[in-house]
Amino acid sequence: MASELDIFVGNTTLIDEDVYRLWLDGYSVSDAVALRVRSGILEQTGATAAVLQSDTMDHYRTFQMLERLLHAPPKLLHQLIFQIPPSRQALLIERYYAFDEAFVREVLGKKLSKGTKKDLDDISTKTGITLKSCRRQFDNFKRVFKVVEEMRGSLVDNIQQHFLLSDRLARDYAAIVFFANNRFETGKKKLQYLSFGDFAFCAELMIQNWTLGAVGEAPTDPDPQADDMDMDLDKEFLQDLKELKVLVADKDLLDLHKSLVCTALRGKLGVFSEMEANFKNLSRGLVNVAAKLTHNKDVRDLFVDLVEKFVEPCRSDHWPLNDVRLFLNQYSASVHSLDGFRHQALWDRYMGTLRGCLLRLCHD
Amino acid sequence: MPGKLKVKIVAGRHLPVMDRASDLTDAFVEVKFGNTTFKTDVYLKSLNPQWNSEWFKFEVDDEDLQDEPLQITVLDHDTYSANDAIGKVYIDIDPLLYSEAATVISGWFPIYDTIHGIRGEINVVVKVDLFNDLNRFRQSSCGIKFFCTTSIPKCYRAVIIHGFVEELVVNEDPEYQWIDRIRTPRASNEARQRLISLMSGELQRKIGLKVLEMRGNAVVGYLQCFDLEGESGLVVRAIGTACTLDKLSSPAAFLPACNSPSKEMKEIPFNEDPNPNTHSSGPSTPLKNQTYSFSPSKSYSRQSSSSDTDLSLTPKTGMGSGSAGKEGGPFKALLRQQTQSALEQREFPFFTLTAFPPGFLVHVGGVVSARSVKLLDRIHNPDEPETRDAWWAEIRQEIKSHAKALGCHAVVGYSESTSICEEVCILSASGTAAVLNPRFLQDGTVEGCLEQRLEENLPAGCGFCHIPYDELNMPFPAHLTYCYNCRKQKVPDVLFTTIDLPMDAAVIGKGCLIQARLCRLKKKAQAEANATAISNLLPFMEYEVHTQLMNKLKLKGMNALFGLRIQISVGENMLMGLASATGVYLAALPTPGGIQIAGKTPNDGSYEQHISHMQKKINDTIAKNKELYEINPPEICEEIIGSPIPEPRQRSRLLRSQSESSDEVTELDLSHGKKDAFVLEIDDTDAMEDVHSLLTDVPPPSGFYSCNTEIMPGINNWTSEIQMFTSVRVIRLSSLNLTNQALNKNFNDLCENLLKSLYFKLRSMIPCCLCHVNFTVSLPEDELIQVTVTAVAITFDKNQALQTTKTHAEKSLQRASTDNEELLQFPLELCSDSLPSHPFPPAKEHLESASSNSGIPAAQRDRCSSWIELIKLKAQTIRRGSIKTTVTVEKASPVGEGNFRNRSSPPCANSTVGVVKMTPLSFIPGAKITKYLGIINMFFIRETTSLREEGGVSGFLHAFIAEVFAMVRAHVAALGGNAVVSYIMKQCVFMENPNKNQAQCLINVSGDAVVFVRESELEVVSTQQPAATCQPSCTGGEVTT
Repeated sequence: MASELDIFVGNTTLIDEDVYRLWLDGYSVSDAVALRVRSGILEQTGATAAVLQSDTMDHYRTFQMLERLLHAPPKLLHQLIFQIPPSRQALLIERYYAFDEAFVREVLGKKLSKGTKKDLDDISTKTGITLKSCRRQFDNFKRVFKVVEEMRGSLVDNIQQHFLLSDRLARDYAAIVFFANNRFETGKKKLQYLSFGDFAFCAELMIQNWTLGAVGEAPTDPDPQADDMDMDLDKEFLQDLKELKVLVADKDLLDLHKSLVCTALRGKLGVFSEMEANFKNLSRGLVNVAAKLTHNKDVRDLFVDLVEKFVEPCRSDHWPLNDVRLFLNQYSASVHSLDGFRHQALWDRYMGTLRGCLLRLCHD
Repeated sequence: MPGKLKVKIVAGRHLPVMDRASDLTDAFVEVKFGNTTFKTDVYLKSLNPQWNSEWFKFEVDDEDLQDEPLQITVLDHDTYSANDAIGKVYIDIDPLLYSEAATVISGWFPIYDTIHGIRGEINVVVKVDLFNDLNRFRQSSCGIKFFCTTSIPKCYRAVIIHGFVEELVVNEDPEYQWIDRIRTPRASNEARQRLISLMSGELQRKIGLKVLEMRGNAVVGYLQCFDLEGESGLVVRAIGTACTLDKLSSPAAFLPACNSPSKEMKEIPFNEDPNPNTHSSGPSTPLKNQTYSFSPSKSYSRQSSSSDTDLSLTPKTGMGSGSAGKEGGPFKALLRQQTQSALEQREFPFFTLTAFPPGFLVHVGGVVSARSVKLLDRIHNPDEPETRDAWWAEIRQEIKSHAKALGCHAVVGYSESTSICEEVCILSASGTAAVLNPRFLQDGTVEGCLEQRLEENLPAGCGFCHIPYDELNMPFPAHLTYCYNCRKQKVPDVLFTTIDLPMDAAVIGKGCLIQARLCRLKKKAQAEANATAISNLLPFMEYEVHTQLMNKLKLKGMNALFGLRIQISVGENMLMGLASATGVYLAALPTPGGIQIAGKTPNDGSYEQHISHMQKKINDTIAKNKELYEINPPEICEEIIGSPIPEPRQRSRLLRSQSESSDEVTELDLSHGKKDAFVLEIDDTDAMEDVHSLLTDVPPPSGFYSCNTEIMPGINNWTSEIQMFTSVRVIRLSSLNLTNQALNKNFNDLCENLLKSLYFKLRSMIPCCLCHVNFTVSLPEDELIQVTVTAVAITFDKNQALQTTKTHAEKSLQRASTDNEELLQFPLELCSDSLPSHPFPPAKEHLESASSNSGIPAAQRDRCSSWIELIKLKAQTIRRGSIKTTVTVEKASPVGEGNFRNRSSPPCANSTVGVVKMTPLSFIPGAKITKYLGIINMFFIRETTSLREEGGVSGFLHAFIAEVFAMVRAHVAALGGNAVVSYIMKQCVFMENPNKNQAQCLINVSGDAVVFVRESELEVVSTQQPAATCQPSCTGGEVTT
């Protein structure tokens, strides 16, 4: 006696959160059934394995039908076929667009192209995330990217509006899209210690301060050819950053800067001597990173450079985080007292963001 | 031109991509009514076209308005080749034809294609201007209201219940016409959908005419069915109960309006020469020459005492006077005569209602049923459907005579059904024989009826159990006792009925779903031989189904069945029987005896031991069930009656025959050898299996209850969460194990597993009750069994439920009070309903709190729970606020939202798409139905030639049923409603051909579109909710303009 056909359709679509998670995680029906059995559901409910199998199949079928709508979440809200309470709709969308930390670290900053998609098998084996789930997550990134790519206005708002994601998740996606667009290198070995959260934090700061949209004068610039406001870094700004070079190129300026910082921090820093010894190196590192950002290649290596030039030296000298903070504050603030330096605003725009990023990057 | 139909096409959305090159669509719309067609402009290159058309106006007869559906076709314009159809929407404009229902149909309708399913949505506005001055209701019957609900609709009062109306129309099935060989499947499906839509319109109109003739203004319990007879044609038939209803809120305003047309109707017989209805209404000479007919009295002689004998044995008046004398009191006699005369004029004193106004139902006799096997033949002349009419007339006549034999003059809870396989058709009818109060059946005497009703029914909760037949001249041997409730009159020891449990019935404990399942193999045969074989099998099946029901009822420790529905389905090589009912313990009836097992040949000790072991198991089960369903009858009864279980043998024998009404007389003779259904003789493996199967029925998991009636006896504290669902299963039998036992086991497992799955799926709703569980079984192919279940799960308040499990004394006390409450409830409901809700909310509160004399007033409790709901709802809104999608927060959300708002459909409190509840019940827990908007009756065909790609048969059917739900909801929302009550899936015919990667499915659903208002909202946000529910249609239209 084989069940040829076995369906259950409710006027209100039944969503089982646990099964949804299994489906999202890319388990096959039989794997999902096995996992559910292991969860002890049979004992709790007195159901049989056959019942569980039928139930799982049913949910999987529903999710497959919903998937098409989940690709464009506003459609899920306006469609008439599935009657789903709004709270459940939100849950469906949120979970569908949620991603695994391990996975996102693998693809963050990579081009969301066919080529990367082909590597998903490797990522799947490496991370232990099913290939199916990897594909869903990758396709989500790509879909969000495609939709907001050509859009003007706030990246987070655009994502939120077109994918109805929670604020938190929309911000994460903004970071992913931003990284994918600028192709920041995140996969190098020395960057492995960084979490997605670290990068997302930096991305947010950079979007806020370093992109064209960040200038806040968008309405005055009617040029439709302008770069995507939140996706691309402000080219002009990057060009201008070359001007900062004077801070390390001009010996007097560098010495003055050092003495200002040292005076201010004397006695306040546990690692004062190390700082003093290293100041020029560190300053050179930070300023050179800025000056190089005109080249795309160097933009991509931004995080590698920051870690190499700043995080690692600090780490090798065992700077406590608080000392890093004090140093960076003083380091950026002291520039204002350099009379010979004319690019104060530029410096603030650069260093304000960089300071935040560096503090976040400084951990083990 | 008595009517002007106006249609406006506003916009479309989510259209499919029809032009691969541009990924867009150039859509336009054709609007067709009758033979007139209008077109909109082509809206180029958009998947969300804004046509915003002018008003297309059709000037039409009201006859056409009733028959024809409005047909809207969305097409993709193609310059070089033929335009491609995207899909269609059929809109039944009937609800616009009577004044109280909807005034406008407006909203988003799914665009449906029979091959591709739903493909986007279209926003349409439809209005009708009726020219009332030309009030010549000739062929049309505009203004008659139709209700699927099988009780008096909630916001109406029955002035007169006129009685049975029936009609059928036949036609050739387009699927079997020669042209079908050359046209596309799509064209064929559409022709079929359109034809059925037309036929049901025509049917409804004709029924309406009959109602007008009877001077009624409404049809309640309207049940329309299709018989797909294949080659021989397509039959659409309907039955219902004609009533004169009075709207409760404005009685004065409505009555004259409906009476006037009916008065004019009087002239119809004279004006109208070729009245098309006369064939069907009269018992016109049955033309048997066309078909080989197996009339029940001949080939299918289950009823030896049928028709003729019954009539002669129990002459109408003799029966009445006889029992009246026994019961004493001239009033009863008078009542009987009155009713008799009121019903005598009627050809068939049948009522499709299953629940009645208090006082309507006087006595219940028992279930009466009749079946007949017919051979189908091509319908030669569609305009003269005599054959089918004669078939049904025959069956109804039989039912009537059975009722007479039970001393009853009426049949309530009446329904008809068919099962067709190839050219053989089983027609079935069943109902409950009853004695009715004449007051409702006649004009006049309505005033003051309420008071009298209450007086008269003083032995509350048991009156209907008292036997209607003459004790000395019983139609069958039955064991009678004095009513355990009032101790004045006689009651049978078991009662089977097809109706719902009366509101005032005194019940002990809770009820439960009881099913009997049976398969019988049958040789494959042709035509007459086949029909004979089936006819011969039927009585045995009925007998066994009954035995099973009785055994299971006893096993549950209960003594009455309500909502009994026995379905016999015919397939190529087997017959299936499925009986569902809700078992209860009626306080008025005696405690059921146990089940005794007897070994016929007690030859050795181990066998004896085995028997006693089984016996013990059965006794344990009974005890366990009694506990589970809280059946603790007061024990005093036993003293008075003596031994409650006299002679098990004798008793049970009586029980069976009683329940079977007069039907089983022959049966009894046949079964003499077996002697007693409740002394189960284990003489062969068959019987062993019977006993085993009895014990294998697993009770639902704790927290779950199930019933197939409207309300679950013993639970009355519903909370507002409801979940209606349809579940379909098809199993393939391996041809190896085709024995009756194996079949029975398979079928039993199928049903049990299905129930188990339901319990599992709905576990989050615990504590809850599955109500109106409706199983249908069919045999689509040789080795396939299809079971379809539709039901609704309703949550209830456990705390209150626990209160009822107390000591006997306390319990019975409480029961008494709740009974009182229930008794009072109806009239009170009338009062509170009649208050137009907003003006006097305090008065309503007062009434309700006064009505309940126990603990917290019901109204208050409801309010509490709904307050919690409200808070929950608010919490939800807040949570949703974060994703900026809800309408409520839309204004607060940032830029870019404007675009959004445009696309969002009618604003509603809960979601961007208004929530439409669906339920097979006639009510919505925790809510008041404020308006009936009209009947929903829809028929869909879906076909695929890419079955695998659509997820196989399960994927295909799952999607289709979801689409059907969506279309029903959309139509209800467009009428301005927010729920469908009395929803029923009347047909779900599924055919597959996996080898060709094809499948086809036909679904027919119906129900009543209503507007309901939550009881909490009536008080809290009385202004907001109606606005939200009534306006979606209007605003939906406006938003996009």
